[in-house]
Amino acid sequence: MDFSLNEEQLAIRNTCREFAEQEIKPRAEEMDRTGEFPYDLIRKMGELGLLGLPFPEEYGGAGADFLSYCIAIEEIARGDAAVAITMEAHTSLGAMPFYLFGTKEQKERYLPPLASGQQLWAFGMTEPEAGSDAGNPRTRAVLRDGHWHINGSKAFITNAGTDISGGVTITAVTGTRPDGRSEITNLIVPRGTPGYIIGNPYRKMGWRASDTRPLTFEDCQVPEENVLGQRGEGFKQFMQILDGGRVAIAALSVGLAQACLDEALSYAKQRRQFGQPISKFQAIQMKLADMAMEIELARLMYYKAAWLQMQGKPYSAEASMAKLFASETAKRAADQAVQIHGGYGFMDEYPVSRYWRNVKVNEIGEGTSEVQRLIIAKHLGC
Amino acid sequence: MKIFVCVKQIPDPNTVESKLDPATKRLVRTGVSLVLDPGDETTIAAAIKLRDSLGNSELTAISMGPASAQEALRRALAMGVDRAILISDSALAGSDVLGTARTLAAALKRENPDLIFCSTESTDGYTGMVPGAIAEFLGLPQLTFAREINVEGTKAVIKRVTQTGYEVVESPLPAVVTIASGSFEAIYPTMKGIMSARKKPFSQLSLSDLGLDPSQVGEAGAREQVLSIGKAEARAAGQIIKDEGNAAEIIADFLQRHQLL
Repeated sequence: MDFSLNEEQLAIRNTCREFAEQEIKPRAEEMDRTGEFPYDLIRKMGELGLLGLPFPEEYGGAGADFLSYCIAIEEIARGDAAVAITMEAHTSLGAMPFYLFGTKEQKERYLPPLASGQQLWAFGMTEPEAGSDAGNPRTRAVLRDGHWHINGSKAFITNAGTDISGGVTITAVTGTRPDGRSEITNLIVPRGTPGYIIGNPYRKMGWRASDTRPLTFEDCQVPEENVLGQRGEGFKQFMQILDGGRVAIAALSVGLAQACLDEALSYAKQRRQFGQPISKFQAIQMKLADMAMEIELARLMYYKAAWLQMQGKPYSAEASMAKLFASETAKRAADQAVQIHGGYGFMDEYPVSRYWRNVKVNEIGEGTSEVQRLIIAKHLGC
Repeated sequence: MKIFVCVKQIPDPNTVESKLDPATKRLVRTGVSLVLDPGDETTIAAAIKLRDSLGNSELTAISMGPASAQEALRRALAMGVDRAILISDSALAGSDVLGTARTLAAALKRENPDLIFCSTESTDGYTGMVPGAIAEFLGLPQLTFAREINVEGTKAVIKRVTQTGYEVVESPLPAVVTIASGSFEAIYPTMKGIMSARKKPFSQLSLSDLGLDPSQVGEAGAREQVLSIGKAEARAAGQIIKDEGNAAEIIADFLQRHQLL
């Protein structure tokens, strides 16, 4: 058993850490306040190859392994969660489905602009009435005269409405399977397709500079060949997409938790009460020690899940464990970081106030904590 | 064109508090995190920019140091340098300016370079003398404090930073050029660069490869001797000028005396 990172993984971690520290963190407060999408940062990240990390060079990616990609997400999230979710949703949910399930033509056509960051891509699964019950979408697509006619709506979709969004891949019911259940197919809908309506951005509690919108499809027509991979494979495909996404979200949570510890530790060392820095009080030390311990454990769990993925072994339960533990760790870390800051932690000038707002959705997006527990229980044989 | 850039691995100036060993009177380099000199990163950026604008050119990073210095060279490769040379030999420990320049020059000479980039000075030792000594050993002209560099035919043309602006200086190639700090924007290694760094040519040379005698370098060959070390004087308090109608004049005089006006 070897816990050390290899040369490339270390170099990617260090470069992302520097980039986050120098380019992202100084802008985080402003991005949160204005909610403006940071096009210049995303462009720079694209130039560095951060938006196509896990894809092979033949499709314009950097050819890094899955763990390197997750480590990069952790470091970017340490700078800002909104930037990290933009990168994560684009890579794990937008581009990855093309890479995993796309035909050769689809990969060649769609992946290069996504891997270079010229374009962002979204994945549309969640609906107003299909959240945790994602296997039951209301969106319907009917094949007529060589075209899919799509009707329905999607909710909380990341990266669909930026100026550089290329389109969205959506789940839609395309028929009934022999066992009576819905046949789900994933369809590729390029931006600009008539009937594909991108709604206004939501006003959000956190992740404010990321692009999140509702989408509507009104007799939206795409050619028959816009099926991702095979017809009827939608459910299987998105389960696999979500497994990978969960490891990346675990990494994002660890990055956010680490940022909470960084801030809390530095504040505790300089804030003086009763004649000494508050880091000298055991009440504060217990909090910091717990944060450090849980962060390390969460990090190890996402490393393990990523390692299993890279070995081609089953990792669904571990992905859920990593996502669940890391997001709950991050929530506790943010809570304690605010507590250590006292009244100042409630003020917007202090980053921990933003971290506290940013962290909540980590327990919801890409599968709620409750769904993660159900997945783990299923693997236990319940 | 064959372009070279001399680089150095140093204790991380961002995280390490520099300490001097009172016995050896040298910077403590053990037990601290080591990085490619941030000053060298901008010099590399300058060299990459020139290589890309010239086309059909190769950029090689060269360093003298212990085995750990290969990490600094890998970073240079990840930033976009094409190949790297590390000169490492236990006999090189304790080299002064003369020994360092002699070693680097010996390695450079074998390569017939057209242009050699150096930072004006390192961020740890700050002597600023190695580039000049390399030029001297190689019998090449030296262009210093460049904030811009171009190659025109068989000449190198630079904008040389002065106290009031810049002067345009040119020299025939081959030449050694030092880059003024802060003149070029630092670049990050790209992800593709990191992934391909290990596949790029990397050679390691010892003293015998260079035909140098151990007595000429390292502790044995050092002509420099640090006699004593001491604390830098604390910064003196600023001067407060009370405005009695002539404050502007006093300030202008002060600025002029310090050649800031």
